[in-house]
Amino acid sequence: MRTRITFSKQGALRYTGHLDLHRLWERAMRRADLPLSYSQGFHPQPKISLASALPLGFSSQCEVLDVRFNEDIPTGVIASRLKDSLPPDIQIASVKIVDEREPALQTQILSAAYDIQLTEPVDGAELRKKADALMASESLPRERRGKFYNLRPLIETLTMVMGSNGAISLQMKLAAREGATGRPEEVLNALGIEPEYTRVERTQLIF
Amino acid sequence: MLNSEQIEVKLDRILLKVQKPGRYVGGELNSTIKDWDKANIRVALIFPDVYDIGVSNVGLKILYDQINQREDALAERAYAPWMDMEALMREHGIPLYGLESKHPLACFDLIGFSLPYETLYTNTLNILDLAGVPVRSVDRDETHPIIIAGGHSATNPEPMHAFIDAFVIGEGEEVIHDILNTIQKIKREHSKANTNQTSLPFSRIALLLDLAQIPGVYVPRFYETTYLEDGTVAHTQPIHPKVPKIIKKRIVAKLLPPPIKFIVPNIEVVHNRASVEIMRGCTRGCRFCQAGMITRPVRERGVQEIVDAADAAIRSTGFEELALMSLSSSDYTHVAELVNAISKRFEGRKLTIALPSLRIETVSIDLMDKLKEHRSGGFTLAPEAASERMRRIINKFIPDEDIINTTRDIYSRGWTTIKLYFMIGHPSETLEDVQAIVDLSRRVLEEGRKVAGWKVKLNVGVSTFVPKPQTPFQWVACDTRENILEKQAMLKRQLLKDKNIKLSWTKPEDTLLEAWLTRGDRRMAEVIYSAWKNGARFDAWGDETIKQDAWLPAFEEHKLDPAFYTHRQRRADEVFPWEHITAAVRKSFLFQDFRQSLEGQIRVDCRLNCYACGILPTFANLRRENPGDGWKCPDVKSPFKVHNEKLLVVDDQALNE
Repeated sequence: MRTRITFSKQGALRYTGHLDLHRLWERAMRRADLPLSYSQGFHPQPKISLASALPLGFSSQCEVLDVRFNEDIPTGVIASRLKDSLPPDIQIASVKIVDEREPALQTQILSAAYDIQLTEPVDGAELRKKADALMASESLPRERRGKFYNLRPLIETLTMVMGSNGAISLQMKLAAREGATGRPEEVLNALGIEPEYTRVERTQLIF
Repeated sequence: MLNSEQIEVKLDRILLKVQKPGRYVGGELNSTIKDWDKANIRVALIFPDVYDIGVSNVGLKILYDQINQREDALAERAYAPWMDMEALMREHGIPLYGLESKHPLACFDLIGFSLPYETLYTNTLNILDLAGVPVRSVDRDETHPIIIAGGHSATNPEPMHAFIDAFVIGEGEEVIHDILNTIQKIKREHSKANTNQTSLPFSRIALLLDLAQIPGVYVPRFYETTYLEDGTVAHTQPIHPKVPKIIKKRIVAKLLPPPIKFIVPNIEVVHNRASVEIMRGCTRGCRFCQAGMITRPVRERGVQEIVDAADAAIRSTGFEELALMSLSSSDYTHVAELVNAISKRFEGRKLTIALPSLRIETVSIDLMDKLKEHRSGGFTLAPEAASERMRRIINKFIPDEDIINTTRDIYSRGWTTIKLYFMIGHPSETLEDVQAIVDLSRRVLEEGRKVAGWKVKLNVGVSTFVPKPQTPFQWVACDTRENILEKQAMLKRQLLKDKNIKLSWTKPEDTLLEAWLTRGDRRMAEVIYSAWKNGARFDAWGDETIKQDAWLPAFEEHKLDPAFYTHRQRRADEVFPWEHITAAVRKSFLFQDFRQSLEGQIRVDCRLNCYACGILPTFANLRRENPGDGWKCPDVKSPFKVHNEKLLVVDDQALNE
């Protein structure tokens, strides 16, 4: 049985990376006494796959994983058993049964939406100008880890939101396909914002 | 001082700049978060090494549970921030904090350090400094937390006497409650006396004096050490009439139910496992082994209790490894029954089960066979010495043939790698004894090849002997750097020729540092302080340049000779710096055992034959009040009378024989 779990990742767990998160889920499933399927071979691995790695330091409302069980279990039972077995900074949003023949989880994701709070005051008008200019540009050549690429086509939407208390946040939707992933900190960088003065949350993974 | 919210905001700004930020945020499953304002006594428990090592410490986990089970108290945890984090914390003015609530450590009533090994001393000073607590005990006042420490290195607390307010000698499970109750009582009395000003602090000295009267608690400031002209200790005596002359270690009559809800880290750490202590203490009497001497008497847990606790621990953690811990698993009375029950209970659960410290005999392979569903790991054995002469000296006598037969059997049953642990550096050791390690290792591999072919591998770990306090070898000297290097060169030259042998060894600098610290007197405190000021920290880790630059100038600054502590054979009548601390094994027994080592006399398992080490009379009443199968010393004869044991008359000549 293939099951898709959507969950939030907050608080201290923002500092737990992708591989460690995988391990965390393995243990949570074991604590919940759920019948995990394992791969064949000398070192059997549990069949858990996490979609779209979340960069360290980001929180998320919408992480997704697919897991395969040996037996059929009602999704409600899975959710309630896991609820008691997870660390406090993970909350389950939904548990759904997925068709076994669907392609791998990672290949189904198209884009990801982010909400970015700016924790230091900035000039809102100035930022809006920069954001508009960025969206109007044809191409945004950037370098990451020695490789040159064009950031512009990876940005699907970018909007600035002014809160009632004057706090500014940015909302963006970035491509999250295999081999074409936009990174929020790269966009921030292009806008001249230091990522350390922001709080980034992933709000949606779009299939 | 920053409050917890301010600390969290500042942390968010720096955490992405350090390696493994998950070390500094808490939030682990099974951590206990209590209401800060409702707890009357707040305790911070600290393992002064990096999180990756400290988080799985079982001793602190026991105390964490004990304290958090109390309604009036809470316990949080902290570890030594790695050097990258330390630099950023200092730069941004972030004090060290409890992982659970992020309150600064300076806001706690009590800070407790676990000091299982001496190379944590500079980290301890650094942590106090990062917490904003004065590093020296005398500089603290009523506004500062009480600093306590315990663990095996408290066997000789003197080098740290200037920094720790109170040491716990022996086992901490019960004494922690005595300490909390004493603090609670003083707080209550105090608030009664000052009904209008409840926040007025109570007298720190009065509290420390009360703590000093709890059995097993040592408060160094109420004692004074005087020295002879040759630099050795004349005596250490109380300077207050209310404190005991000798501080005797505490033990628990019956081991408490083992902890189950282990902290499950959210990042990769060194030991991802649940551990159950199956037995405490050891009856083998290996003369170099401090743990074996200071954790007596042997107390065992029942098979059912162990299996149930292991099951509950795995269920509550989801860990993939279970470790059954003791100093000598083969000596656990019901080891076969335990292994059967464990393998049955965990059948098909894809779990690695570790049963370390097995004797070198075929029975051990049968035990391991039952525990290993997947035989991927190695098999570890610790002969320690490779010549008959050295085996007699250290009182670990395993004939070559037993080693060969056992290792051959291990290889033939499918393990491809065996790890053998040896020790060099005893003053009686000759180069022939070291050569014997080479010869034996080669033979083990050759015999293995005969039964399992060329795939067999051997890892040889050779540590260097450090004469530890409260052991029969406390009188002997440490090997010199030159000798150690020569012996290690000899091993490397010969063993590294075979590509199927891996050799590991301890750097002489690390050995000597441990020896200075473990054998030091009160004057060593200044050396530790200066070394820390010179940049020493994480001394258990490998950076030799930092170590050399920090420690040797520190000795020079205080006009102390490192060799005085390491390379000097102690006089038979020498008063040790730790003379006023006792692990209940008598000095006369230790000396007699030392004499026997010089004569090559073996003392076998003391379960079979009591050698009157002093444990039985010391804890006779405790045992009588708490009878049971768990005690493994011979029965207490009743009515009990104190033996008038004739003290050994010793002289220097006898030592040199």
